[in-house]
Amino acid sequence: MLDTLQEIYGAIMRSKMRTIATGFAVASGLFLIIVLQGAGNGVINSFEVNMGNFAFDAIHIFGGRTTKPHEGIKEGRFIQLDTRDVEMTQRTFSHYVKDVMPSLNQSGLTVSHGAQHQSATLMGVNPAWAQANAVKMVSGRFINEIDLRQKRKSVVISDVNARDLFPHGGNAVGEMLDFNGIPYTVVGIYKDNQMSNERTFYAPFTTVSVIYNRGEFINRLSMLTRHIESDSAMNRFMDEYTRASSQIHSFAPDDRQALWIWNQAESNMQMKKTQRILHTAFWILGLLTLVSGVVGVSNIMLISVKERTREFGIRRAIGARPWSIVRMVMAESVVITALFGYLGMLLGIFFCEYMDSTVGNQTMDIGVFQAQYFVNPTVDLSTCLTATVIIVIAGALAGLFPALDAVKVKPIDALRG
Amino acid sequence: MIRLTNIHKTYQGAQPLHVLKGINLHIKKGEFVAVMGASGSGKSTLLNILGILDSYDEGEYMLAGTPIRNLSETRAADYRNRMIGFIFQSFNLISFKNAVENVALPLFYQGVGRRKRNQLALEYLDRLGLKDWAHHYPGELSGGQKQRVAIARALITQPQIILADEPTGALDSQTSLEVMEILKDLHRQGLTIVVVTHESGVAYQTEKIVHIKDGVIERIEENLNPDANPFGIKTQMK
Repeated sequence: MLDTLQEIYGAIMRSKMRTIATGFAVASGLFLIIVLQGAGNGVINSFEVNMGNFAFDAIHIFGGRTTKPHEGIKEGRFIQLDTRDVEMTQRTFSHYVKDVMPSLNQSGLTVSHGAQHQSATLMGVNPAWAQANAVKMVSGRFINEIDLRQKRKSVVISDVNARDLFPHGGNAVGEMLDFNGIPYTVVGIYKDNQMSNERTFYAPFTTVSVIYNRGEFINRLSMLTRHIESDSAMNRFMDEYTRASSQIHSFAPDDRQALWIWNQAESNMQMKKTQRILHTAFWILGLLTLVSGVVGVSNIMLISVKERTREFGIRRAIGARPWSIVRMVMAESVVITALFGYLGMLLGIFFCEYMDSTVGNQTMDIGVFQAQYFVNPTVDLSTCLTATVIIVIAGALAGLFPALDAVKVKPIDALRG
Repeated sequence: MIRLTNIHKTYQGAQPLHVLKGINLHIKKGEFVAVMGASGSGKSTLLNILGILDSYDEGEYMLAGTPIRNLSETRAADYRNRMIGFIFQSFNLISFKNAVENVALPLFYQGVGRRKRNQLALEYLDRLGLKDWAHHYPGELSGGQKQRVAIARALITQPQIILADEPTGALDSQTSLEVMEILKDLHRQGLTIVVVTHESGVAYQTEKIVHIKDGVIERIEENLNPDANPFGIKTQMK
């Protein structure tokens, strides 16, 4: 090992300029790979941060209207979802669904506080709703499990409604609101994302169900999905879901209109696909740069091997096996590539950290909300490891052909060379 | 030690060149032989075949009881390493290695550890009077010193035969004398030595002179008194 390193050191020292020039090509290749990956990650991360305003892996299911006659019942019947759907989803689709959230809407209410009043829709939800819909709390808390269990009359209101109903300022949390004569306690205020016009008031699902006498009915069944990675898988899932639901509500299993499915997960998949493409594109760009560096190393090794023909001839005359010559040349190539590749990688990482500390924190106000266009533009360990493996393999390949060239000639011809 | 039977060698090319046209030669263990001939006579080709540096087309070559025929490069390298010591006209030292490293190199290819091979190399350099030059690079040595380093390198693996290709060709007469004295000394110690030369002054210091002309052995001359050759060794080398 030490002998090999010494051989390599000797060879490199005899052609410093050439080695440095080659090394520069490799180093810049690795530098670009890392920086491009870092920048790519920055863009991708910013997607995720900005899109955090929407719930992207949620599917919402509403009752629809049948379009096909089934078991003697004519088409045109409305389907009303109920708690059986919740159970069915949990039981049958647990592999694909990590959270099931039934909700109830009670519209046409009037909410009042002192002299202030306005029309309102109460939405009965459970605690997971906040996470699934990216509800951002300004103060207080969202509906919790105790609210749900004790059917408390708790309500979470938007910051806009809070301003309207409590014009004198002060914290609305803990205050009472009157919904058509029924008093509710404000437990939290959420930030209105201005994406919908209905200033929804959130209350516990159980409370809404009982107070407004809704029995087993639900308005909407929302779920967070997982393990559904392609369009076709999503289609299959929806088909299966419709079929399962048709058993409960007696409609034709292939009647896709009987349920109204609002799929946010689909757009999420689109985004993930874009991310993957971006990621791949950056890798390809970096690799192409690296390839030019490696071709450079290969060229240099070829020249070096030609220059050292006689030396190799001497070595072979005194008993060097061809393989030991091949190994020597390849080791030299790997060391040059790895050394400079590593240097380029380090510089790339430093540059990424520099980007992170400068543009990484800048935000851009696009009116509706603030967007960050570059978030954490750095690379992870696995990228660095992959890059390292690539350098070593590239170095070995760059050395292989010149090395084979070196032992192709007969020793006697090499000695004359 | 060496038995050549009807060796033929043709260099393929635009004009195929038939260099060796049936060489029969027997060299016994402990013999000191010179192969003599004009340039182009085929004497270097013969030496290259003896040294397994080159192949032959026809015939049979036995080296120390081992048939040398169609060897893989790896086997050939191992035989060269263990059975043959080379001394070249142009020394063929590796310029970026010092004397010790050059001498130790054959042992490196035997897998001998660094400390042990460098120690052995120093011993051999000492025997050739180069102890003080052990850490000098070839560029810092005179021609005679370089050839002595090369001889140390040839000896370090304790080979069966020493093959010397014009060992004095690049040396002045005084240094040539010294080198020949070393070879004679090695012969007295029982080594088998084959020297290729075109200088009769060198050839007549050996015991047996093989004259080659146009690819065949012209005659083999026994030289019973190497120290009293017709040209007078002490006075005229070239």
